[in-house]
Amino acid sequence: MPRLVGLTGDGAAAEAMRQIDPDVVAAYPITPQTEIVERFAEFVADGVVHTEFVAVESEHSAMSACCGSAAAGARTITCTSSQGLALMHEVLYIAAGNRLPIVLINVNRTLSAPLNIHCDHSDSMGSRDSGWIQLYCENVQEVYDTVIQAVRIAEHPEVFLPVMVNLDGFVLSHSVERLEVLDDDQVRGFVGPFRPAVDLLNLENPPALGALVPPEFHFEHKYAQWVAMDRARGVIAEVGREFGERFGRTYGLLDPYRLDDADLALVVLGSTAGTARVVVDDLRDRGIRAGMLRIRCFRPFPADEIAEALRGRKAVAIMDRAGTQGGEGGPVFGEVRAALYTRGVFLPVINYIYGLGGRDVPAASLARVFTHLGQVAEAGKVDRAVNYLDLRGWN
Amino acid sequence: MNRCSEKRATGSAIAPPPRGLPAWFEIPLGGILVEPGNAVEYRTGSWRTRRPIHDPTRCTSCMICWLYCPDDAIVVRDRKVVGIDTDHCKGCGICARECPVKGAMTMAEGGAY
Repeated sequence: MPRLVGLTGDGAAAEAMRQIDPDVVAAYPITPQTEIVERFAEFVADGVVHTEFVAVESEHSAMSACCGSAAAGARTITCTSSQGLALMHEVLYIAAGNRLPIVLINVNRTLSAPLNIHCDHSDSMGSRDSGWIQLYCENVQEVYDTVIQAVRIAEHPEVFLPVMVNLDGFVLSHSVERLEVLDDDQVRGFVGPFRPAVDLLNLENPPALGALVPPEFHFEHKYAQWVAMDRARGVIAEVGREFGERFGRTYGLLDPYRLDDADLALVVLGSTAGTARVVVDDLRDRGIRAGMLRIRCFRPFPADEIAEALRGRKAVAIMDRAGTQGGEGGPVFGEVRAALYTRGVFLPVINYIYGLGGRDVPAASLARVFTHLGQVAEAGKVDRAVNYLDLRGWN
Repeated sequence: MNRCSEKRATGSAIAPPPRGLPAWFEIPLGGILVEPGNAVEYRTGSWRTRRPIHDPTRCTSCMICWLYCPDDAIVVRDRKVVGIDTDHCKGCGICARECPVKGAMTMAEGGAY
């Protein structure tokens, strides 16, 4: 019987990992991911999982160990944040290029400098081209559900790509929320046994992995990866649908809220979507047709679906919890705008960079974004494309 | 198993696959090599600009050249060094350098025998 419990995001991730019972976990601690690994290490010590836990000396080693273990045919999970994700950066590309279905739980924390342990998306955005599927969770229930789905997505025969499950540091990782956890059997039944594509311990037909690929071949290898990323869109939706059929909570690539007839729309990733819902409801009560589009799946980028969802709005604000330091606005802004432009959806789009380094995002601040949106919709054009929410000295 | 194809993705300057280079969907998933040890088909001997000359009359089959050769290109049969694997010798000259016997292994200019 599913149970209602109160867990932090880190606790929920660890619980999902316990029930998945992976073959190998190789991880290194970093705030705010630490509690996931601490909790999981307790499970290992208590003998409630059969996982081989490898305490490595750095995150670069963690991901390297994960690549080795996944290539050997072991179901492999790890977790990190921020500098840890950055430290394993080169190996992320290797995991994806070698088509290893590793699941990484990334607790979003900003990249230094300046040093800061709090939430923003600069870490995962910095790895958006590494070839990893990226999913962003709004609340602790979704963290738990998505870690379980991630295993199925990564290991799907049309995909075989590593999956990064993102949850906002401290906001989700350290906040206790109410969630329903499934039975161990239910999770086991959902993830099923691991059938690897790369199986270095196959003694009948021993393969070799990671060979040098000269210029005549490299491009074709990369394209095959892109095709898998593209197919992942359908797989992510299908797995989310199956999860809903079995357990009552359905997930997809996007999560629209009161968007169908909205004039003014906010596009947002992660926990801030929760605040946005409250703001949307309040505006609706006051007769303003506000709506929100939460992007759950950022990689692969569901361009078709996003453009379709935003078509018909009078003005859209794209929220970015990371900048690009030299790009025009944040990463989500760039990609959403490109998706709209390519499909001939020309409507006024503004960017708000917000919440960097864990800066709190109160409802009143999001309400001000909608006020600005109202002005843009009224004028029918963008006054200023790139904006900064609650930045002192900027106006 | 999601193996795109059983065809191997070999293709060297010397011996490309008969019908041309494979398309992206003809390459095994993740670039795994499904034939163990197929590096032997890549004939790196074409890279030579110098070549080792083995003199069997002076050679004592001490095996030092065999031990040092980075390409496993010293041919040994019945405990004797009998020659060079010219398909894979890159002409690095380590064998001639390490050979303790004067004249048993010397380097000559030009890669072709």
